[in-house]
Amino acid sequence: MALKMVKGSIDRMFDKNLQDLVRGIRNHKEDEAKYISQCIDEIKQELKQDNIAVKANAVCKLTYLQMLGYDISWAAFNIIEVMSASKFTFKRIGYLAASQCFHEGTDVIMLTTNQIRKDLSSPSQYDTGVALTGLSCFVTPDLARDLANDIMTLMSHTKPYIRKKAVLIMYKVFLKYPESLRPAFPRLKEKLEDPDPGVQSAAVNVICELARRNPKNYLSLAPLFFKLMTSSTNNWVLIKIIKLFGALTPLEPRLGKKLIEPLTNLIHSTSAMSLLYECVNTVIAVLISLSSGMPNHSASIQLCVQKLRILIEDSDQNLKYLGLLAMSKILRTHPKSVQAHKDLVLQCLDDKDESIRLRALDLLYGMVSKKNLVEIVKKLMSHVDKAEGTTYRDELLTKIIDICSQCNYQHITNFQWYISVLVELTRLEGTRHGHLIAAQMLDVAIRVKAIRKFAVSQMSALLDSAHLVASSTQRNGICEVLYAAAWICGEFSEHLQEPHQTLEAMLRPKVTTLPGHIQAVYVQNVVKLYASILQQKEQAAEPEAAQEVTQLMVDRLPQFVQSADLEVQERASCILQLVKHIQKLQAKDVPVAEEVSALFAGELNPVAPKAQKKVPVPEGLDLDAWINEPPSDSESEDEKPKAIFHDEEQRQAKQRQPEADEEELARRREARKQEQANNPFYIKSSPSPQKRYQDVPGVEHIPVVQIDLSVPLKVPGMPMSDQYVKLEEERRHRQRLERDKKRKKKKDKDKKGKPRRHGSLHTESDDDLAPAQQVDIVTEEMPENALPSDEDDKDPNDPYRALDIDLDKPLADSEKLPVQKHRNAETSKSPEKEDVPVVEKKVKKPKKKDKKHREKEREKKEKGKEARVEKEGEDLDFWLSTTPLPAAAPAPEEPGVNAVITAPKEEDEEPQREEQGDEEDDEDNERDPEKKSSKHKKKKHKKEKEERSKDKKKSKKKKPPGDEAAEPVENGALDEEPLPVRAHVQLLPPGREFLH
Amino acid sequence: MIQAILVFNNHGKPRLVRFYQRFPEEIQQQIVRETFHLVLKRDDNICNFLEGGSLIGGSDYKLIYRHYATLYFVFCVDSSESELGILDLIQVFVETLDKCFENVCELDLIFHMDKVHYILQEVVMGGMVLETNMNEIVAQIEAQNRLEKSESPQL
Repeated sequence: MALKMVKGSIDRMFDKNLQDLVRGIRNHKEDEAKYISQCIDEIKQELKQDNIAVKANAVCKLTYLQMLGYDISWAAFNIIEVMSASKFTFKRIGYLAASQCFHEGTDVIMLTTNQIRKDLSSPSQYDTGVALTGLSCFVTPDLARDLANDIMTLMSHTKPYIRKKAVLIMYKVFLKYPESLRPAFPRLKEKLEDPDPGVQSAAVNVICELARRNPKNYLSLAPLFFKLMTSSTNNWVLIKIIKLFGALTPLEPRLGKKLIEPLTNLIHSTSAMSLLYECVNTVIAVLISLSSGMPNHSASIQLCVQKLRILIEDSDQNLKYLGLLAMSKILRTHPKSVQAHKDLVLQCLDDKDESIRLRALDLLYGMVSKKNLVEIVKKLMSHVDKAEGTTYRDELLTKIIDICSQCNYQHITNFQWYISVLVELTRLEGTRHGHLIAAQMLDVAIRVKAIRKFAVSQMSALLDSAHLVASSTQRNGICEVLYAAAWICGEFSEHLQEPHQTLEAMLRPKVTTLPGHIQAVYVQNVVKLYASILQQKEQAAEPEAAQEVTQLMVDRLPQFVQSADLEVQERASCILQLVKHIQKLQAKDVPVAEEVSALFAGELNPVAPKAQKKVPVPEGLDLDAWINEPPSDSESEDEKPKAIFHDEEQRQAKQRQPEADEEELARRREARKQEQANNPFYIKSSPSPQKRYQDVPGVEHIPVVQIDLSVPLKVPGMPMSDQYVKLEEERRHRQRLERDKKRKKKKDKDKKGKPRRHGSLHTESDDDLAPAQQVDIVTEEMPENALPSDEDDKDPNDPYRALDIDLDKPLADSEKLPVQKHRNAETSKSPEKEDVPVVEKKVKKPKKKDKKHREKEREKKEKGKEARVEKEGEDLDFWLSTTPLPAAAPAPEEPGVNAVITAPKEEDEEPQREEQGDEEDDEDNERDPEKKSSKHKKKKHKKEKEERSKDKKKSKKKKPPGDEAAEPVENGALDEEPLPVRAHVQLLPPGREFLH
Repeated sequence: MIQAILVFNNHGKPRLVRFYQRFPEEIQQQIVRETFHLVLKRDDNICNFLEGGSLIGGSDYKLIYRHYATLYFVFCVDSSESELGILDLIQVFVETLDKCFENVCELDLIFHMDKVHYILQEVVMGGMVLETNMNEIVAQIEAQNRLEKSESPQL
């Protein structure tokens, strides 16, 4: 034995420790992988030895290798061995390794249950602590179920160090084992008022995490949190609580009203930026939840906006960023107050920090109005020119489009301007968003009928200069716009000034270098164009000109017929044959124009993107039902098993329906198509095929700005949408003058003596702005009976859903946590019986004070249960309806045992156990709560104090003797120290001296 | 909740990798690499928050980081954490390291990864903030070191 020991320690001297391993890896830079695999072989040898120190050393090295990306799960069993070492030194190495690599799939994890339980009840607080820390990283549903009760006991440990860890880990336990939430919740709630600030903070942390996911279940805790908020001085706790209130206010507007004042006070008083920021955020949440109901909150909004402005103007980029972030939240409900700071936001666009620029862009999106759209977009366009790096430029581009197209183009008063902006954007180099611009062009041209003429003129110019757009390969993305341009020119060819020129532009040889899908559109639209030219020429009785055009087509189309793209080839050869046929007819002087243009008669209506999805399924139609008898399996599958298990087989076939084979799918698809054809609700092509192009209304009245199309489009970089800025200003000026004139007249008519009050401060509101053109934006078609909205089903896999549990309902006996069970079954009965009362004692211990009381209570309990539930609801109502505290928040309390005694008077909700005891009195008092409650409270507190001291005694008695001997006074001594408040303002500058 | 805590140097070499959600080792390495590339291209004088949490968790997550001399300390957190609070927490963590190692430098982290983990365990537990008071953290760490010393054989 002794020899073994000596041998062990000699071995250790020769083993590498962690430092040697690290050094070795650093010395083997060239062949690191080889060196490490060598080390792993050594480690495997070390793990085979009996000496626990050697094993621990090996596991420690493995933990390091895990960080470098090596899988160490093969050593899981050795890790458990090291975890169960008696020495703390080794134990923590084991737990660290386990926390890094154990997970729910680790099969040996179930072997740890008893070891962890042993460590949890260890007399040494650090053994317990290390086990809790480790467990927090790898707790599984099984571990959570088996250990929940042990951990719950630890929540009342004498050492705050253990208490806070136990409280925190409960969150993980709840997640893995939701049944534990209700039995453990009362104690967790108690910990909110723990004398130790660390434990209190942990409890706040856990409840906030819980409440964030299922806020409605935690509304009843609002009064308690309110009290904490007005009394705590720990910024961490305050931040958490304030964030929690932010999540609760949307559910209970009255809570918001109550919060405004203390939050405002905090905003004024705190010097910690982090706290200030969270307060502002929650005030914003409150204001959003109140949005309409409350008057007089403009002061609060002003305060928030003003504080945020200070943040944004700060030189600290972090504050600037957060300021913008919060500002965008205000924007949603109170755009007016943010719009006042447009200058500031625009300024942020020049910031060197990209994150800040992106935030500012987000803000701008909400800040535009009819009035400032042109100006803002102009500013953005100038940034597009300046921007370095394609990502930011692309971001700008999408933002411009988003801003302009938002809410069905509601801010655009002049679509000519918008088209010009889009055309200008096509000159961006290297953008990936050509398809976005194209989509916008198509959308606007289709839906804004009045703009078609202008759009067509611009698009034909674009096609003319297509060589600019498509020339260099790096501008690949942008050639997408030619898709739109070609389509628009073809579809609305009747608006073309020089159709012949455009036709030639579209038939240039260069076009064949474009991507296939664009060529296909070219080919198709060339015919539309051709059709309208034919018609024109025939009407003008110029048969020769018509034949010329046909000849042009016949000459140029073959280049597309040779295309490698199937789509292009197919279309081109079809059309070529058609044109050749027309040529023959033309030679015989047969008028063809009428028939050719009939090919493209009718108008294409925009269909909403969701329309297809919203077609309601007619009653009685089951889309998944078989239309014909399902094919028997015998066709495709082997027959033998079928003969024997015939019935079963068929049943299976029915269940397997969704994965039917290709044939069936095809059949079903066919069937559905048939169905759709007969379905009156299914959207078909335009209802009126007779409709002609000519009847586009109102084109003549449009005051079209003269654009000299003979001049080719300008070279990239020369903005042309600028002219609209000036035009727009002039137009508005004119409008204003006219209005003023009218008003003057009216005024004169009215009476000369009575000066009008608002005459001088007339402001131009958005509504006053008449759009430049009478624009009718065609709405997208939706099927009849469209379903109102497609509701997103909640994710059934959401782990937090299981924690949506009503916490106010009284506990049923069946819900108790499973109590420690030993694996050997024969003894399982007795310890269980022993343990159950312990749990019960713990839960109810405060009531133990006087026996009579308890008995009485037990009688009442059944009756009381229901009343209590109701009462809690009422309490919250009462609390919410009382007016908020006067401006001066109660002085911060000493966190300590006394905290409970000096509870503010308005506090109505006591922990549940109180209510049970004093229910009768409470009900008596309800009429006149003010008078009696103070006396009543005193009594309560006295009682409580006694109870507490008794608790202590009891828990001490329960403690293992070793622990008590070690640090006997710990429990009393720790309470006095309040957690020093750390100022969050002075964030120490990074890169201080201490890291070299 | 904190989803991950990563410490790596200016060259992307990991010095501490702590995930509070299970990822296989190779994914962990990939996340470290991508995070490194994200923060590397940011100047020191721009803000310390990064969105685009496609790495972990999705849009609710943010990367909050600080750069000290040769090391980046990156915390990946969800929206329940206060951004400025986490920045402070990183500072607390680094200051604690500085106290425990007496003028901490990258080499301390390289050779004593285990100890760095033990220190971190006193600050963050299972993804939740455990303690923010530096004196308390240091006191607990020292007590555990004493315990360890008392266990080691006197050679």
